[in-house]
Amino acid sequence: MAKLLGWRELPLGGVVTGGTAKELQKTGSWRAERPVWHEEKCIQCLQCWLHCPDDSVLVSGGKMTGFDYEHCKGCGVCAAICPKDAIEMVPERGGECAKP
Amino acid sequence: MRKAITGHKAIAEAMRQIEPDVVAVYPITPQSEIAEYYADYVHNGLVHTELVPVESEHSALSACIGAAAAGGRVMTATSSQGLALMVEVLYIAAGMRLPIVMALANRSLSAPINIHCDHSDAYLARDSGAVQIFCENAQEAYDYTLMAQRIAEDMNIRLPVIVNLDGFTLTHTVQPVDLLEDEVAKKFVGECKQFSPLLDVDHPVTWGPFAMPDYYFELKRAQQAGMEAVPEVFRKVQEEFSKISGRQYAGFFEAYKLADAEYAMVVLGSTAGTAKMAVDELRARGMKVGLLKPWLWRPFPAEEIAEALRNVKAVAVLDRAFSFGTMGALFEDVASALYPLKQRPILANYIYGLGGRDTTVPELVRAFEELPKIRKTEWALRYIGLRE
Amino acid sequence: MPSIKVLAEREERGARFTGGHTLCAGCAEPMVVRTVLNAIEDPVVVASPTGCLEVASSRFPGTAWNVPWIHVAFENAAAVISGVEAAYKALQKKGKISRRIRFVVFAGDGGTYDIGLQALSGALERGHDFLYVCLNNEAYMNTGVQRSSATPRYASATTAPYGEAIPGKPQKRKDLTEIVAAHGIPYVAQAAVSHLIDLANKVERAMKYEDPKFINVLTTCPLGWRTPRDSAVQQAKLAVETRYWPLYEVIEGQYKINYKPKERVPVEEWLKTQGRFRHLFRDPRGKELIAQIQAEVDRRWELLLQKEKCFGGGE
Repeated sequence: MAKLLGWRELPLGGVVTGGTAKELQKTGSWRAERPVWHEEKCIQCLQCWLHCPDDSVLVSGGKMTGFDYEHCKGCGVCAAICPKDAIEMVPERGGECAKP
Repeated sequence: MRKAITGHKAIAEAMRQIEPDVVAVYPITPQSEIAEYYADYVHNGLVHTELVPVESEHSALSACIGAAAAGGRVMTATSSQGLALMVEVLYIAAGMRLPIVMALANRSLSAPINIHCDHSDAYLARDSGAVQIFCENAQEAYDYTLMAQRIAEDMNIRLPVIVNLDGFTLTHTVQPVDLLEDEVAKKFVGECKQFSPLLDVDHPVTWGPFAMPDYYFELKRAQQAGMEAVPEVFRKVQEEFSKISGRQYAGFFEAYKLADAEYAMVVLGSTAGTAKMAVDELRARGMKVGLLKPWLWRPFPAEEIAEALRNVKAVAVLDRAFSFGTMGALFEDVASALYPLKQRPILANYIYGLGGRDTTVPELVRAFEELPKIRKTEWALRYIGLRE
Repeated sequence: MPSIKVLAEREERGARFTGGHTLCAGCAEPMVVRTVLNAIEDPVVVASPTGCLEVASSRFPGTAWNVPWIHVAFENAAAVISGVEAAYKALQKKGKISRRIRFVVFAGDGGTYDIGLQALSGALERGHDFLYVCLNNEAYMNTGVQRSSATPRYASATTAPYGEAIPGKPQKRKDLTEIVAAHGIPYVAQAAVSHLIDLANKVERAMKYEDPKFINVLTTCPLGWRTPRDSAVQQAKLAVETRYWPLYEVIEGQYKINYKPKERVPVEEWLKTQGRFRHLFRDPRGKELIAQIQAEVDRRWELLLQKEKCFGGGE
């Protein structure tokens, strides 16, 4: 967590510059399971990227390249939506995955 | 240029000269004509303002916030129930540090419903964080609307500013008002000072964040600092305005025959005019009385008012609204300002003029005449013009 | 029509809504937000009322918004954006701004159907140029799943719980999409988080207008609907397949249903997957209540078909 500022150091009206949450809140710590990409099955349909709530499916040059594990919350939507089962949810720290 | 106009017109003229980018407004008696005059200017192409005829006062101030955060200069006006409806947003505008100037045509708060003047609407906004100025007549309303723009936009302040003028008494009566030439007024008000405007899309900003207990306190302390910066700026702006207008504004209040007064009255708004007549009458009879008429009510200029009253024997503080369950708001301001002094006057609190009840010179003369008979300050309300 | 690749390219150039927000894992709101923002090429300014999205995306001093964004209160997002748009118009006319900027509201059903309805109606009537996207998860989720007028009949909400005397919310849900359409604005649509490319196309069609535009997006809340964490998309898909939530547009008064399911899937198939309707399958009254829900789905679907016939866009 960043150091807490005193009142004199605060921006006027609490107005903050855009995009600071990414650095300040590493929501990857929430995960109980993580997505693993089986590249050989992937057809680059980008459905995983489209649906990720946390902007954590990395895309470069129009192609999916992996996950942003600093922010991925392990929700499993990408694995559920992948038409080719190219994403597998595995436990973050050993143990069985909870299956619905 | 000297004109015979109503308080409405005086405010509208000031607005015309300020020429805000956006005016979002909703009608309510006794403010409506301000909006009507301004709409007339807009529809006849006299001003380049986007007029947003919103569907409620809450939306009026909300739209003002949007426009101000976007980087525009904004103004609005309301009264009574309209202020009550928008007061949620007024607190927010102050917390967001947005310079919105609004005229408040003072009118009583329901219930019962009443369209005439008292200060209960201004009192509702007392703790909102908005700067509040009171005017005795249409001239002051015009002058202070121009000054309010400078105060609101000052980079050390950035707060909403409310210019209070008594509903009907000032809004609807024709009075002589000296208007500045357009170029003079515009030069005085200057260009809109923007801060982190939303429309600067290359530098995206977030306005109105969510603050947890780890930050809320500090953000509010910073807001208090904005209020604390007001007195100094107020004086500077008055000085500048006095130069260009030839009208002398100096200090947070007008002291009328106060310097050697033994007995004094403190009152906000148009009743001060009546009080001046009472003062003159009593002075002619040899009673040393004086009037303290605050212009700046929030932030409350405690030190200066205490200093001005310290040697007076007794002071009648008049409140044109109840603060149910306690003494009048102005009385409490004055009393706590005087508290630190070793020697201080006896205070008496009068509630007067509610719901447009007219207050006469003889009634105020009587109030002054009662003062020498009051032994000590009491936690008890007195009334002027009330039928028991 | 923005394809998925085009949307991805735009986000690569600049992510407008980033990670680091604290919405639940699996929340559908950011899916909608990212898609809408990527579907608009011009710079945008966004306003949101109080709600899950606002609270979770703007905890001081962190913000997940990389576009100008403003939050003021719960009931006034439409009024706030009206003010932003008015300032833009004013500054444009004065020659102080030359680039094209678009204005978008992202608001929950609470801040739209209920407390925000007045401000929305006013903004629609005044004709401001903005897109209002309702993220409809059918309850006041941020404050703990309380019922809103968007909550479907007989769903269990915390202020309309399933109980011995009253089995969930007794009232039918409001048809806000039709209320908005009645304002006569040129673009109104219903969309769902299960059909994001359809949503992107709708956004593109909407933004051709310089008038008020409205899209009501069914946005699953796995937590509030009591469905699995990764089920947001499947849930919305079932809602569409059972015709509970038709995908349609009203463009300049012409009705067009975008998707007509070939098979008639009973709404029960959708209800039984959600914890908020679980009581309907355990309570003896349940069968009757489900029948009422089905009747209402059928009625609204028939009405929509009729509207398409009478005020259809042809084709």
